[in-house]
Amino acid sequence: MRKENKQNLRRLKQVLLSGFIAVAMLGLLGYVTYGRNVPLLDTKGLIANQERDLILLTFGLGLVVVIPVFILLFTVAWRYRAGNTKARYDPEMSGHRGLEALWWGIPGVIILILGIITVISSHALDPYKPINSSVKPVKIQVVSLSWRWLFIYPEEGIATINYLTIPKNTPIDFTITSDAPMNSFWIPALAGQVYAMSGMSTQLHLMASRTGTFSGSSANMSGEGFASMRFRVSSINENDYKTWASNTRASKETSLLTDSTYENIAMPSRDSVARTFLLMDSGLYNKIIMKNMSTNNSNGKSVNASGMAM
Amino acid sequence: MMQQMLDFIFGRLKPSDFVQEPITAIAGYSMVGALILAIIGLTYFKKWRWLWRTWITTLDPKKIGIMYILVAIVMLLRGLADAVLLRAQQALDNAAGTLLTSNQFQQIFSAHGSIMIFFVAMGIIFGVFNLIIPLQIGARDVAFPFLNSVSFWLFVAGMILINAPLVVGQFSAAGWLAYPPLSELQYSPNSGVDYWIWSLQIAGIGSLLSGINFFVTILKMRAPGMTLMKMPIFVWSALASTGLIMFAFPILTATLGMLSLDRLMGMHFFTTTGGGNPMMYINLIWAWGHPEVYILVLPALGIFSEVVSTFSRKKIFGYTSMVIALLAIAILSFSVWVHHFFTMGTGADVNAFFGIMTMIIAIPTGVKVFNWIFTMYRGRVRFTTPMLWFMGFIVTFTLGGLAGVLMAVPAADFQLNNSLFLVAHFHTMIVGGVLFGAFAGFTYWFPKFTGFTLNERLGRYAFWNWIVGFLLAFVPLYILGFMGATRRLDSYDPSLGWQGLFIVAGIGVAIICVGVFFQLLQIGYSIKKRHENRVGNDPWNGRSLEWSIASPPPEYNYAVIPTVTQRDEFWEQKKKKHGSLIKPAYQDIWLPKNSGLGPIIGGFALLFGIAVIWYMWWLLVIGLIGVIVTVIIRLTSDDTERKLSAAAVAKYELKRGII
Repeated sequence: MRKENKQNLRRLKQVLLSGFIAVAMLGLLGYVTYGRNVPLLDTKGLIANQERDLILLTFGLGLVVVIPVFILLFTVAWRYRAGNTKARYDPEMSGHRGLEALWWGIPGVIILILGIITVISSHALDPYKPINSSVKPVKIQVVSLSWRWLFIYPEEGIATINYLTIPKNTPIDFTITSDAPMNSFWIPALAGQVYAMSGMSTQLHLMASRTGTFSGSSANMSGEGFASMRFRVSSINENDYKTWASNTRASKETSLLTDSTYENIAMPSRDSVARTFLLMDSGLYNKIIMKNMSTNNSNGKSVNASGMAM
Repeated sequence: MMQQMLDFIFGRLKPSDFVQEPITAIAGYSMVGALILAIIGLTYFKKWRWLWRTWITTLDPKKIGIMYILVAIVMLLRGLADAVLLRAQQALDNAAGTLLTSNQFQQIFSAHGSIMIFFVAMGIIFGVFNLIIPLQIGARDVAFPFLNSVSFWLFVAGMILINAPLVVGQFSAAGWLAYPPLSELQYSPNSGVDYWIWSLQIAGIGSLLSGINFFVTILKMRAPGMTLMKMPIFVWSALASTGLIMFAFPILTATLGMLSLDRLMGMHFFTTTGGGNPMMYINLIWAWGHPEVYILVLPALGIFSEVVSTFSRKKIFGYTSMVIALLAIAILSFSVWVHHFFTMGTGADVNAFFGIMTMIIAIPTGVKVFNWIFTMYRGRVRFTTPMLWFMGFIVTFTLGGLAGVLMAVPAADFQLNNSLFLVAHFHTMIVGGVLFGAFAGFTYWFPKFTGFTLNERLGRYAFWNWIVGFLLAFVPLYILGFMGATRRLDSYDPSLGWQGLFIVAGIGVAIICVGVFFQLLQIGYSIKKRHENRVGNDPWNGRSLEWSIASPPPEYNYAVIPTVTQRDEFWEQKKKKHGSLIKPAYQDIWLPKNSGLGPIIGGFALLFGIAVIWYMWWLLVIGLIGVIVTVIIRLTSDDTERKLSAAAVAKYELKRGII
């Protein structure tokens, strides 16, 4: 009797200790997470909204399997612990056709559903697909450099470094290349990432549904200064955007983006100051691609990444 | 003239290459110091001959297996130290100034990844293969004992090369998979990427040879009566894993070879100019890289199958399902590689195909999880440390698998790829899968090779520290991924509010270190108290053949090769209760003679690696000719086996009290 009491006391202590540790861990995680900005959930753009919904839907479907696994794991382990002599012991049991069919089948059905979702969402959220909208899209050409971002607005005749200004509720057509090692162009609040590769042009379409300032970065490590490739994205009203563009063109502080200025800003540097330029050569983007392309392959057309031109 | 001479001898090696940053220097010179201490110790205690005869030249897979595990443990400590530095840098961001320079930080994460995969995880699985496969299939040896020694010493040569940059030169700063164009000469001109290439290339060839060796061993050397469907599940998992090695590692060898040709000879396989395409590299490296993940994790799944069945005192649930699931995972693993770069602009149809193939792997994996749980059902489950690791594994592996399914949906992956969510996912799978599996297996099979058990209490302490530390280290990374934090950042804007989570992740790593400390203490303490923890042949009431022979097993494993009639052969024999009354008929046993040629080949391969990294072409010729000549010497020698007479075997068995 006394021995049993002692054992119960020990078990109680263990339960209390593990409960305390669990609560402390949750509290600590909650404390460092609470009130922080979570752009993947707190999305501000058409594409990112749908990607968030897709993540949550997939997560929910996954839980259909994960939760029963956890419940089964702990109930079976507890019930058939060696100390519990009341539980049935059947060492010859080597399988059960029905049960096995069940766990080949149920995950199979879930994956079938998820597969259909995958096909639909891969097409719906294809970054190359233009966004349906009555508003005329804004074209922006993105060049990743070591280690900063150059944004060219060919229609406005301006270019910026390390900051991006876009109109709200307007589809933005990004074409993306690199004049440096591979980077990944990512604005989590607005849309998922696409790689920036030299000698190639990739695409990303997105649309901000709110005004505000969001954070963007390179998601792929591209050398020493890659951590400083962070840029600010301002989504502003359509009219403000037009004003911003014309003011920028007119401003005396805007310097000229000539070939030699480009050579300068393309030099490796960790300086992440935002700057604005007047675009002197509307073909600059294509020139950058051509510069990095195979000499045997320079037929004047830029190569699409999905085309795998070699 | 003098300069030309020096250039010829030393290639591009300059005295300045020996100058290191303080942290690197401390790490490098403490390794060198430990080596010097070991040399002095060996000399003082006159143990060189013992070392050479018993360990270095051995062809006994049990000893080679132990050496693999020892190297893996040392490398685990190195990789862990790297992880501590990485997390410390991120936790301290902008507070106390920077601990590491960007370049150092990048070298460290590149080394952390490469070492953990190639020299810890691979070391563990080859160690376990060497120790367990011959025993479980009732064999005396592997199919090619000398090749096994060559594999091990190539692994050691690679290990030396990957640690050498702590003392001489720099390591690669291009990440553990060294994507071009960053890893091309244009952006990484120093010796770092070459260290990475040749360390992996040499160790990788060892892995390929070892894969072939164990594949053949399993297919050709099983005890009579052990048909494929009577093999223990661990052997099945090893068969699947080594099969993958044979198909995947040649891709790695070719890919690294092409990258090296780009760097050494100005070729253009993966450059953007001159007709090359870096996307080809990314495809090829993942065509190896994804199967590699399963090469590591399948044996761990096999270990858990053995553990859960033994400690539940029950047959494995759904043996056939388990085998089909293993083979399905192995085959499917070759059809999913594109999911590592959905964000490369591959197109919706291609992405959807590879996404669905990836998800399908979740089905056989889920089946295995349910079968393990139902192996406990109606069992008598003893919660010893291996079972604790098993429980921890199911929890982490299921959560990590869920994260994996999320990233298998291409449009969701656009947001999650390259983020810390991804980092958390693959650490959950590799730590929670491979390492926990290794720890379970280590505790489970330790008494088989030493004759005494590991201390249970310290094992439990280690487990609880590991699991708490693991959750604290990686749950914050999942959250940080959702906050838009990318991987490999040596600094970040404090206004993003990430520091608190990085600090918690750092605390998690510190708790993991406490867990590792308990594991080392556990080994030391158990060795000290070994006389109190002595156990017989079968401490766990085991099921497979390895528990039927002495602990530690004699050099020849089985004095008489067993005949197998069913699964769980030893368990069934024990049930019949009556010991064999027939006096065993001993026969002469032929064992391979020790050979110093394996380590010599490893040594020449090391010279070759050094030569190609530092452009010392004369040394390259010596290394290459050395390897070829040594191989020829071995191939032309007939005197490679020695006989253990039946009488000697009988005497030996009698001495152990086993008749």
